[in-house]
Amino acid sequence: MLGVGLIAPVSFMQHFIVFVLSVFIGFQVIWNVSHSLHTPLMAVTNAISSIIIVGALLQMGSGAWLVILLAAVSVFMAGINIFGGFLVTRRMLAMFQKS
Amino acid sequence: MEFGFTTAAYVVAAVLFILSLGGLSGQESAKRAVWYGIVGMALAVFATLIGPGSGLWLLSLVLLAGGGAIGVVVAQRVQMTEMPQLIAAMHSLVGLAAVFVGFNAHIEAARVAAMAADQRDALVGFAAVLAHKTPVELTILRVELFLGIFIGAVTFTGSVVAFGKLAGKLTSKAQKLPGGHMLNAGAAALSVILLIVYMNGAPLWSLLLMTALALFIGYHLIMGIGGADMPVVVSMLNSYSGWAAAAIGFSLGNDLLIVVGALVGSSGAILSYIMCKAMNRHFVSVILGALAATAGRRPRSRARWSPSRPRAWRRH
Repeated sequence: MLGVGLIAPVSFMQHFIVFVLSVFIGFQVIWNVSHSLHTPLMAVTNAISSIIIVGALLQMGSGAWLVILLAAVSVFMAGINIFGGFLVTRRMLAMFQKS
Repeated sequence: MEFGFTTAAYVVAAVLFILSLGGLSGQESAKRAVWYGIVGMALAVFATLIGPGSGLWLLSLVLLAGGGAIGVVVAQRVQMTEMPQLIAAMHSLVGLAAVFVGFNAHIEAARVAAMAADQRDALVGFAAVLAHKTPVELTILRVELFLGIFIGAVTFTGSVVAFGKLAGKLTSKAQKLPGGHMLNAGAAALSVILLIVYMNGAPLWSLLLMTALALFIGYHLIMGIGGADMPVVVSMLNSYSGWAAAAIGFSLGNDLLIVVGALVGSSGAILSYIMCKAMNRHFVSVILGALAATAGRRPRSRARWSPSRPRAWRRH
């Protein structure tokens, strides 16, 4: 990892720090999940992974029509995932409460 | 000023996502945790829309609302027992979106590189970021978006196959395709070669060829895994989609994408490991499914699942 620091520019290393720390937070946070919550957790991480929409939204401002088209399709697909993902998670948790 | 607000909102959103994941590991906090996630996502989208670089915000909102309407309808109609395949199907969307965003980054980079110096100064947002990159940074950008597209493409076809198996549309047996793991290894090796070629300035064809290879790997890898192991596979694919988002975040220089992508990536990987342990399966043998199938355990014809009986997943 130190080797990466020798060749990579500063701008990359700043993002890299953020990346590595986030990986560790992900590990720590999940480690003690109770067994019955595996599937809801999977559903919520699926919903959260539609954060890719941020990337697509940033590209909507491009001047090239092809970029806008691909970004628009991505926004649409991520939209399905955001709403569907969170709703599914809520439905699963609602079932727990009843039982 | 505007940019400061966007960054602040990103920090808050990232914290909310962490709280959301953390809250879902306990029964009592789970309901609140979902709301953390929803608010975090809303904040991230809002901040991006008003921040620099986004355009056509009205069209973006309309598309988001349209996609959201479909998502709501599907999520409400689907039977509880069909949840795993729904999650798999939604994964494929994230994977495909990552592929598209990655290709966009390539197209934008090529467009900006072709511009004259005075045109570059007028650029905003992502294009402006690209315009100020040094040659070394541009090479790194190529690696990042290559990885993003590769992982995204694997996630896409992998999720489609996982969906097909869970929905009973594909045979859920572990398929032994000719060549087996050698075929995957060969495709992966070819992708590494393509990465080097692309790093050294090869145009779009190398990306397209790699995408085709990655699509094949995703398909072939998951076809080799039995239906009973699909929950673990879905969680693995979840992890992949997170890594893809993180790679895309690097290429766009967007810290929120990096943070959340890494969170989803690592938590998905850990979750699939924990699920394997709960099912008394070895992690490696699930991922290299074809080997596991020959090791004696016959996969169930179709994994059935209900949230009130999550253990049913591991019945054989």
